[in-house]
Amino acid sequence: MSWSSAWLDRQRNFIGLTLDFLMRKKGKHAALFLVYALIVFLLSSVLFFTHAVKKEASLILAGAPEIILQRLVAGRHDLMPEEAIAKVSSITGVASVTGRLWGYYYDTVFRANYTLMVPQDFQYGEGKVVIGQGVSRSSIVSEGGMMPLKAHDGTIVTLTVQEILPSDSELISSDLILVSEKDFRHIFGIQKGLMTDLAVSVRNPKEIATVAAKIKKMIPDSRPITRSEILRTYDAIFNWRGGIMLLILSGCVIAFMIFSWDKASGLSADEKKEIGILKATGWETSDVILLKFWEGMVISLGSFLVGVVLAYLHVFFTSSVLFSPVLKGWSVLYPEFRLVPFIDAYQMVAIFCLTVLPYTAATIIPAWKTANTDPDAVMRT
Amino acid sequence: MHDKKVMIVTVFLMMNIALFVLMIVHSSYSRHHLQPMVAEQAGMVVKYGLTDLCLFTDARYTRHPTMADLNTPFQDYPLSFEHFPSGSLVPPPPHLVSNVVE
Repeated sequence: MSWSSAWLDRQRNFIGLTLDFLMRKKGKHAALFLVYALIVFLLSSVLFFTHAVKKEASLILAGAPEIILQRLVAGRHDLMPEEAIAKVSSITGVASVTGRLWGYYYDTVFRANYTLMVPQDFQYGEGKVVIGQGVSRSSIVSEGGMMPLKAHDGTIVTLTVQEILPSDSELISSDLILVSEKDFRHIFGIQKGLMTDLAVSVRNPKEIATVAAKIKKMIPDSRPITRSEILRTYDAIFNWRGGIMLLILSGCVIAFMIFSWDKASGLSADEKKEIGILKATGWETSDVILLKFWEGMVISLGSFLVGVVLAYLHVFFTSSVLFSPVLKGWSVLYPEFRLVPFIDAYQMVAIFCLTVLPYTAATIIPAWKTANTDPDAVMRT
Repeated sequence: MHDKKVMIVTVFLMMNIALFVLMIVHSSYSRHHLQPMVAEQAGMVVKYGLTDLCLFTDARYTRHPTMADLNTPFQDYPLSFEHFPSGSLVPPPPHLVSNVVE
């Protein structure tokens, strides 16, 4: 018999014995496996979801305006006068300045919030709109249908749906209604010469911060928001160190600490006796450790794999169906988006290190301590 | 008897490892396959001058967190409590907290 097949036989016997030990308390171990897999599932789902949203935000929003310039009045966002365009354009380094018109519309019939926006070149003209998939779903309207919106003066503006934005773009356009400038100003009662905010384009991307500071100096009641700040916002929102992420992750970590503490705090009298008997019948300490290693491995590796695979299916195949009640909140209109499965080795190693290693260590260490004591003393305790 | 149990566990673990590998392969394939979808959205961001992802539509400061103003926590009156569920999911954007430009 070759050395490798002898080694394999030995491992097989160890696994067999491990399974015998596990089967003796199968209810307890099955419950442990399920809870363990559930924690890994939850942890992985959160990590997969947040990482995918962050990554997608960084790719999609890379082309966002370099600087958005808002006007603040009494601490609140206010309309920007058109004269500001000329002022900002005069700053060295500014390539172009365009006024943006956008706002929120609450649909009292369907109780949904929409974002109304005027594109720079709206191809369809007055009386026509382009809507996002979410708007189409919530207001039950399709291409060619009519969309009545209540204007600021109480009159009803009926717009024809000319186009519905593709479902693949729901992550950014689900609640969008694109309208002409004239319709927008009529609906919200915004006079000509006033804009929601300004989009500033800068010639040299390295000068964005300098230009933003110059604008702030020139128009003190304005607030420039740079592209890097836009991108950093999504990094911060889905950062594991803040908000609900920290809450979920700390729940998982605490559950794991309880698991590991329970294991590491010592073996039961029966388990100690078993180890004593094994030692008394000629087992080496290394054999006992190997047996416990397999016990930890069968449970933790199995749970890790099951949890991670289920989390992947949950986030990328069911659009995080279990998270949707939390994410939807009070939203009536909720985007049905599909995330690109961005997963990397770092995430896998992080989940593995947070789950498999502590449990395996917590299984081996107390067994090693017991195996190092005199078998006679162990059996008598 | 041992052999049968060992076989069952080995098959179970191997199946999981195979699914895990399949997951990695699927992720890599999808990233490539879904590139046009991401490019289309990136194109819309440029075309319409969009600034935010449409993740929450219940409150304006969670619909457009990057555009939120300094007053958003006190929507109704100073020291008023946050009442939109999504508000507890979305922390304030870093530029509101740090104010780098100012």
